[in-house]
This record gives sequence, structure tokens and C-alpha cells, in this order.
Amino acid sequence: MPKVIPVPDELSKPFWDAVNAKRLVLQHCTGCNKLQYPPQQTCQVCGSDAKLAWKEVSGNGHIATYIVIEDGRLNRRIPDQPYNLVMVTLDEDPTINFYSNLPGTPPYKVPVGAPVEVTFEEVAPGQLIHEWRVK
Amino acid sequence: MATPNNYSWRRDKDGLGVWEHRGKVAVAGYGHSPVDRRWDGVSMDKTLGAYSILACQKAMDDAGVTPDQIDGVICCQGHIAGGSGGSSAQWAPRPYFDPPYDTEWGLTLVNAEWLIKQMRLPNVKFAPANVPTIGEMVGMAAQAVGDGLCTTCVMIYPTGNLEGRYRRGGENADDYARGARQWTVPWGNHGGNDFINTFPHNQYCLRYGGKHDDLAPFVINQQRNGMLTPWGFNATHGIEPITVEDYMSSRYILNPLRIWDCDRPVNASAAYLFTTADRAKDMRQPPVYVLNHSQHNFKQRSTQADLDEIEMWTDRAAKRMYEGAGLSPKDVDIFNPYDGYSVMTQFYLEAFKWHGVKRGDAFAFYAGDIRVEGPHPFSSSGGNLGNGRTRTAMYTDSIEQLRGTAGRRQVTVRAETALAAFTTPPSGGWIMFGKHPS
Repeated sequence: MPKVIPVPDELSKPFWDAVNAKRLVLQHCTGCNKLQYPPQQTCQVCGSDAKLAWKEVSGNGHIATYIVIEDGRLNRRIPDQPYNLVMVTLDEDPTINFYSNLPGTPPYKVPVGAPVEVTFEEVAPGQLIHEWRVK
Repeated sequence: MATPNNYSWRRDKDGLGVWEHRGKVAVAGYGHSPVDRRWDGVSMDKTLGAYSILACQKAMDDAGVTPDQIDGVICCQGHIAGGSGGSSAQWAPRPYFDPPYDTEWGLTLVNAEWLIKQMRLPNVKFAPANVPTIGEMVGMAAQAVGDGLCTTCVMIYPTGNLEGRYRRGGENADDYARGARQWTVPWGNHGGNDFINTFPHNQYCLRYGGKHDDLAPFVINQQRNGMLTPWGFNATHGIEPITVEDYMSSRYILNPLRIWDCDRPVNASAAYLFTTADRAKDMRQPPVYVLNHSQHNFKQRSTQADLDEIEMWTDRAAKRMYEGAGLSPKDVDIFNPYDGYSVMTQFYLEAFKWHGVKRGDAFAFYAGDIRVEGPHPFSSSGGNLGNGRTRTAMYTDSIEQLRGTAGRRQVTVRAETALAAFTTPPSGGWIMFGKHPS
């Protein structure tokens, strides 16, 4: 069963355009030298909107923790249950985290603390999402 | 009816000092409707509107207040259930009935305007719109009375539920994720306190040691306290006590979160009568004074709140509350934090340091004697887990404990102050009650 499809908006379009080109880019405040994700209108540290730029990151991270969705509410994902929902921290800044279903890793078999790398998965024609795999 | 726009009532900043109306506002009455699992769609005496009217009448009777004395009505109109959360207006359209049920109002939606009309309250001068959920609404009511916007205010919290799987519709049935959901839903997080708190809970177990099922004694005790609450869902529906074995063999929702870790959505309403301390002295019940109210709305750094953020947020909320009340952890006798999902309650217990519980100590505390008869009657209300998702048990129990009318739940330790909340770690509010005004 396919995943729910993200709908880019004006703010997120550069992010999703990069993902569709198999690149992971995050907002970066040139004033604070701080990355942020998900995208916001302003820097969450200094409040500046003028100093925000898109910056490609390594796509390396670690598994912080996870749950297994056994009885979720999303109709489209019910046939997938049970499935992993993993919290991945970014190596460049561990305060930034992402969700992942950890493709390639069976439910309940998530190696907490293990290194992961970004990968990309098509959820609709021309629309990718960023996913993560155990290295 | 004049209601000021942009009324600034929140106490949601650090360092605000002691609340200026400390001990000058009181709760003089409360009332509960029956707590049903769902509204059946046809019983006009069991609609959310009918139950809200009933709760108001009970609260007014409890205080000895007549309709003409009510000059404030504060009613939350976001009633929990719905296709994917938020307003139950998502249940509409439906076949309607004779007045006053010829629209959605009164069926699954209730607001101050509808209640004032149906209850024929002639002297209401304060009835704000856009009222938040009860965790903040109690603060709004207390502040409004303290500021003199009204003197005798009934505050209502309705919680609706209809047939069908809870929140299996609306956005959750959509193939697309828009707005903020584009960052969570493609991977399966449809939002809610369960997601907010289960990840940090797992981190908690890793950081401090312990396992998820160490929550069992707490969950079981919540169920027990619920059965000692005459108006609650468990007590009125013959819910049997659960054992550790029942808990540990129960099915998972978001593994490790089990079904018994989750509260039960219900159809019910509750009302509370706020007034000035001076007026409360002449009312039917002994006043329960408001010593402080505080709110918080912390912004998370990234996609998922982590344990560091949760601990920082709850520490700040605790500091705000204690500072505003002029009290410290050792002064708090009754502690009724929110428990809608059991995995979050340890964060509040440790942040507020109730009975000396520090970070990482909660599971050991749960394993001790937390019964209402014992020395550490934690969450004497039974909370949502014990009474259904009314989100009001914490407040009612606090009031009853200070009045000395909690019946079989009455604690055996001192009961002169009580702290209650409906809150998540990032957003919500707390209120401190006192048997005495200072």
C-alpha cells in the first residue's frame, strides 16, 4: 500500500524539489549558522527571514528510538501495519530529527543507536520522500 | 453582552511573579453529566447540548446560584471528536431535529451563545468566543473573575464522541498530506499526544533504566481510582479492575503503547462555577480558592519532540506554576496531572518534584504505595484513564479533596492544596487550588 503523499507549498517547494532530485537540503541561517527542519518562515533562533538559505547536508544520521504502529488512524497505511516509525537524528546537528519507516528493516528489529543514511522513495509519480536505511 | 476582543488573560511567560489575584477567586460549584461511550444520534436527552445544560444546572445547584446571577459563560467549543481531530462539526451534515436541535448546535457542538439562549440566562456580560480547551480555560475563567469582567461565571467543557472508529476520517482518510502534516503523515505519524510522548518515553527508559511495562502499577491505580469516582465512565459502566497480567497482555496501539495506556473517548460534559472569593463565602459550599493559573506553548525544534525538550518544557511549566502560586513542591498535597496517555505522566511528576520525585525516579515511585489510602496518593482522581476522556476528573477530584468530599477517594494525608492540569508537555496549562486563600 502506498504512503500518504506530501503536498509541497510555497515554503516547502525548494525542499521537495531537492528531494525529487535525490538531494537532502535544509534551511540554514547564515547569521546563526544553525540548520532547521522542517522549514519555517524565519530562523527559530534569531527570527531572521533574510538570512535563511538552503544547504545540502550529508544525509548521515543515527537511530534515536522507534515505535511500531500496530493500530494507527491513517486509512492508507492500515494494510502496512505493523510498521516501524523511527526517529532519526542528523549527524551534523542531533537536535534535528526525521521520521523514517526504515525500509529494509523488519518491524520490531530496529537497531537503536545504529548509523543510517538517507535514501529516497517514490510515493507518487514524480514525488519522492526522504527515507533512511541502516548502513 | 460585551466581550472584549483580544483579552490578554494568559500567564504564559517565565518570571511573572505571584499571581495578582491569588486567593481572590474561588470555585464554588461543579457538575457532571453522565459519561457515555458515545451519543447514539437519536436520544435528545443525551446530546452534548443536553449534557452541558445538565452539568451547568448541577454546578449552579452545587453553589446555590440562580440563573439570574450568572454573568459569565465560558464554554470550549472544540469538542475533541471528529474525523481527524478538532471540532466535532466534522460530523455534520446530519439529519436534524426540532428546535433547539435544528442545526449541529446542541447535538455535537456547544458554545456559550447556544447555552445562554437555552438556559435563559438574562444577565450574562462576558461570553468570549475562541475559548481554548480546559487546561487553559480554567485559567481564563479565573483571570476573568479576578479582573472583574464577570463575578459569577460558569465554565463548561463538553467532550463528544459518536459511532465509528475514533478519528478514522477527515484528513486521516486523505491520500495527501498538506500543511504541517507533510512532515509527519507520509511516515505514519497522524499527530496526537501518543506520538508526542511515546518517543521521549522510550528515550526515558533508555536514559534512566526501566521498561515500558513499569507503567503498569500507575495504570492499574488509575483504573482503581476511577472505580472510586461515582460519576466516571468506569464506575458507571461496570468496568472490571485490571491486573498486571491484563495490562501486559493487552494489545499494542503504537508499540510499546498499549490499549490500557490510552484513555477512552466518551460523550460527556462538566461545568464549574468560578466566582470571587468574597461571594464564594456566602455560597452553599466551602470555597476552593484559586492560587494560580499558568499556561505554556513551547515550540519544538524539529519534527519530533525529544526527551531533552520534554524535560526542559515541563521544568519551565513547573517553575511558572510554583512561582505564581508562591508555593514549592513540598506544599502540594494533591497532584492531578494529565494522563490521557500514560507515557507522559512521569514527565510532569518529576518536573513538579511532587513528594520529592526527581528525574528518573517515577517508575520506582509507581512501584510504591500510590493508593489514595496511602502516603503518596498520586493522581487521586484516576484521571482520564480511570474515568474516560472527559479531561475534567483532575479538576473535580482536586476540588472534592480540598472540600473533604471525595468519598472513597478521600486521601488520608493533608489536603489543603491541589494542582491539576490538562496539558501536553509543549502546550496547555496548570491550576493550583487552595483550601485557604493564602
